[in-house]
Amino acid sequence: MTDTRYDSAPGDASNLPDVEEDAPSGMLVYTIGLVLAVGLTAMSFWVANTSLLWVGGISLGLTVLAIAQMGIHLVFFLHVTTGPDNTNNVMALAFGVLIVALVVVGSLVIMADLNDNMMPGPELMNLQMQR
Amino acid sequence: MTMAVAVDDGGRYEAQSSASEAGPATKRVVVGYGFWIFLLSDIVMFSAFFAAYAVLAHATAGGPTGMQLFNQRSVAIETGCLLASSYTCGLMSMAIGSRRYGATYLAALVTFALGAAFLALELKEFAGMIAIGAGPQRSAFLSSFFTLVGCHGLHVTAGLVWLVVMMAQVAIKGLSATVERRLLCFSLFWHALDIVWVWLFTVVYLMGVLS
Repeated sequence: MTDTRYDSAPGDASNLPDVEEDAPSGMLVYTIGLVLAVGLTAMSFWVANTSLLWVGGISLGLTVLAIAQMGIHLVFFLHVTTGPDNTNNVMALAFGVLIVALVVVGSLVIMADLNDNMMPGPELMNLQMQR
Repeated sequence: MTMAVAVDDGGRYEAQSSASEAGPATKRVVVGYGFWIFLLSDIVMFSAFFAAYAVLAHATAGGPTGMQLFNQRSVAIETGCLLASSYTCGLMSMAIGSRRYGATYLAALVTFALGAAFLALELKEFAGMIAIGAGPQRSAFLSSFFTLVGCHGLHVTAGLVWLVVMMAQVAIKGLSATVERRLLCFSLFWHALDIVWVWLFTVVYLMGVLS
């Protein structure tokens, strides 16, 4: 009873007693993660270079692949899970993702809007975006 | 399969003592969590550099564009090096967990070599760009490029130094609880750098060569 450990440190595999029994070994987890990450990386490079896909959708496709690979890294390398011993780690991660999204999306939206609203054509006024 | 586990979590763990009843968390959990918070703040800093790069990516001021500068082959090799070193870093964590000193040193050596190979390729790329007049002072695009990619490179450099220091500590102090906690932080740091690199090669190198 005194040994009840409720939280897992980030990076540690889950220490919940019930999960432990049929959990795959650490070596297998890392190897699955590596294989998936290599697959997604290869797919990213293929998507960026192929002429088979609609050009307009490639940026979005690359973003989706990057998000997927980030998930693979978090789950298989950093051992972030949805278990109750990981609640604190996931909440901190969610807050980090929120701030990152606000900074990146906010900057892009504001700067695109600013450029659109420059009056006399982009060449003259858009000094920051000089090509 | 994991869904099924998640569904009956509620009933199963209510029987256990709650977090407050279990008493204060172990030092390993507290240290790991603190370092996790630091890593997230570090990633927020990277997000600002990413935002700057994304805004300035087309501001080439008549200078060379990403399409002319980036070599996808060397980026693919760099990505492979970093991914493989993340994997061997994971193997090192396992060797530490089972107290195998030889395997720990071996995994650390491979991790270091792959990280150093990544850094060497990146520096070669930087030197090549500066040699043809595409240095950070050429355009806003290149300033933001060197800031973003260089910041990641500095993190990798710091990680390599940290790894050497940790191996010296393992050799001198052995795998004490303190050293083990520091190694946990190192592996978190190293895996987080790989996540940043995933976004780097996607946003900078792959999206940079799209028309």
